[in-house]
Amino acid sequence: MTAALLTVEHLTMRFGGLVAVDDVSFTAIDRQITALIGPNGAGKTTVFNCVTGFYRPRVGRLALRAADGHEFLLERMDGFRIAQQARIARTFQNIRLFPRMSVLENLMVAQHNRLMRASGYTLVGLFGLGVYRRAREAALERARYWLDRVHLLDRADDEAGNLPYGAQRRLEIARAMCTEPVLLCLDEPAAGLNARESSELNELILFIRDAHQIGVLLIEHDMSVVMKISDHIVVLDHGRKLADGNPAAVRSDPSVIRAYLGEEEDEELPAEVARDLGVRS
Amino acid sequence: MSSTSAAPPPAVMPPATAQPRRAALALIVKDALVIGAIALALAIPLVGFKTVDRGSTTLLETRFGPMLCGVSVIALGRLAFSLINAGYTRTVFTVAATLASAWPLAVILGAAPKGWLPLAWMSWLVALSLALRAAYVVWSERAAAGGNLAPGERMAATVQRLSAFIAPVLIAFAVAMPMLPLADQRWVDLGILVLTYIMLGWGLNVVVGLAGLLDLGYVAFYAVGAYSFAIFAKTFALNFWEALPIAGLLAATFGVLLGFPVLRLRGDYLAIVTLGFGEIVRVVLLNWSDLSNGPKGIGDIPRPSFFGMPFSAAPPAGVTSFHQWFSQHLWEVSFSPIQRAIYLYYIILALALLTNWFTLRIRKLPISLAWEALREDEIACRALGINPTSTKLTAFAIGAMFGGFAGAFFATRQGFISPESFNFMESAIILAIVVLGGMGTQIGVVIAAILLIGGPEWFRDLESYRMLAFGALMVLIMIWRPRGLLAFREPTLRLKPVSAKSP
Repeated sequence: MTAALLTVEHLTMRFGGLVAVDDVSFTAIDRQITALIGPNGAGKTTVFNCVTGFYRPRVGRLALRAADGHEFLLERMDGFRIAQQARIARTFQNIRLFPRMSVLENLMVAQHNRLMRASGYTLVGLFGLGVYRRAREAALERARYWLDRVHLLDRADDEAGNLPYGAQRRLEIARAMCTEPVLLCLDEPAAGLNARESSELNELILFIRDAHQIGVLLIEHDMSVVMKISDHIVVLDHGRKLADGNPAAVRSDPSVIRAYLGEEEDEELPAEVARDLGVRS
Repeated sequence: MSSTSAAPPPAVMPPATAQPRRAALALIVKDALVIGAIALALAIPLVGFKTVDRGSTTLLETRFGPMLCGVSVIALGRLAFSLINAGYTRTVFTVAATLASAWPLAVILGAAPKGWLPLAWMSWLVALSLALRAAYVVWSERAAAGGNLAPGERMAATVQRLSAFIAPVLIAFAVAMPMLPLADQRWVDLGILVLTYIMLGWGLNVVVGLAGLLDLGYVAFYAVGAYSFAIFAKTFALNFWEALPIAGLLAATFGVLLGFPVLRLRGDYLAIVTLGFGEIVRVVLLNWSDLSNGPKGIGDIPRPSFFGMPFSAAPPAGVTSFHQWFSQHLWEVSFSPIQRAIYLYYIILALALLTNWFTLRIRKLPISLAWEALREDEIACRALGINPTSTKLTAFAIGAMFGGFAGAFFATRQGFISPESFNFMESAIILAIVVLGGMGTQIGVVIAAILLIGGPEWFRDLESYRMLAFGALMVLIMIWRPRGLLAFREPTLRLKPVSAKSP
């Protein structure tokens, strides 16, 4: 139950003179939700981009251990191969759908590699053989399943760019899940959602963890999301890891409170923040 | 004249009673007359008189006839636009459409007047644009009544949904065209030309329309196809059908070779580099005399034969030529050069239809969806595990292969090729066909190729005004449909059939 899925060791990422991530190590456990939190500019998205291959770190080791025991060294892989072979899927902070394609097509693109194999890398598919037709039916079925999960079944044939904001966020998660990942990385999935959408999102993430038995790595600002659903929290500040532990341990950690609220500890806490962090002033 | 904005302002609604209606009409007529008078006042000194140099003296000539025609076109155009805005859309449409169709009919029937041709053409263009404008207003009113698509989109969507019916009609016409009574050598040649560009357009559509890679050097693959066909066919004495696949494969290989280093570039940068590659290929062909015979070009390229039977009046001994065989087995015909033209026409028709079939098939496959996704957002594609390089290279190679086929056809049709035929102008025309037609649409490419290649031929009577009329047509299309005539994307697959959708 507590097998390490993703192991990050001594990850350091520099941009010129700026050290965005400085010697960060943590593990994400399989079938658990691991949250990365921290103030703006703490380096959360940089860690994400290293894990998903958008940046190549010079220092550090990123290892993903698949269920069959095979270990992928992510820092040595091309971006698209991480998604293709190590099966890490991600969403983006600023939604990146294919806006002029239909909702259903967005989900079909996500199953590209499987369909490409079934279509014999296009050569066989040109002649419409049964192998490809069956794979396509299966892909449609999977798309339909996820559309149903994110309540977008009746918008399946609309352009993705025409969906409301919250629906686009859900569709992006559904698209990532259509790649059948072993680790799902969500970059601020609750950003811009209202309270009801946010609680629906919580349910969706918990459903993904429990029903699909995969690990989730989550960046989030919204503490109500983080504290409610995370199994494990990693706190970053200025590129360094401040704390690491379960929600209860993290919210009582003095260095975390300091990072979130400034150095002067006798300052009055804003009521909302205090409630989110569960601190009694 | 075109001071009216794109959305029709319901400024003067058709009034309910006859009295104010008549008053409004009187105002409109008066307005048109005033405009005509102003145009006349301007036109008399500017157009009405012309100075002619006769040796030492300068004479003043009048050309009141054309001037009056021009002025009346202006007045009538103004009248028509005001009437459209006042709600008499259908009347204007009927009159303008009748006038606009009368002229092509007269030309086809050979009853067109001989004098004042440019003026007649200009009036035709005005009538045509008025008819289009009126149709546009009718469409907008319909669109306002229901549906959420803009009128142009709606038109494009309708045409594309109807393409299942339009396409067989067009194909049937294309197949029957050489048999029609009006099909002389000129028509068949024009057909071959248009079909060549349709095929090139469909080939480039894969690269530009689907994969979104702006390729300004497409003519390079056309050239590679033509030259590899010429060189292989001549050196190894291959016939057309043997050398054709070699030309296509070589062009595809070139597509991969050229594509590999440049495909990490995007947008404008890719366009500039491909433009450079197009020129490099041409310059290499110009200078590598051992291979390409330099600027002198390659002549005596084998013409296609019909199952080994050449199209010639006097075939060499022991060889049956096509017309001899035809006379023996079917009915008596004598040799005529049009037979070869018709054969070439059917070859390019078959090649173009092959390109179309291929594209339509591939649109149902994951690779095509990945091309479109890459066009939309490359970063998201990487996150989904799509290999951007190989996906783009496939598009490049497929587009290049069809360019190579078309090049091989070009070589065998001309019998002679030189680097002159493969300049940047060709790339620009092919790209214009794809962009005007609406990127990614098959039937749009057909319409654009007919307009762009057939159009200048059709306007040939206009002599030096030809390019002007052509330019006017392009400007009109760009005003009304800036993203291409039939730019409307239909999803490649649906969860629910179209009919089940709410109207």
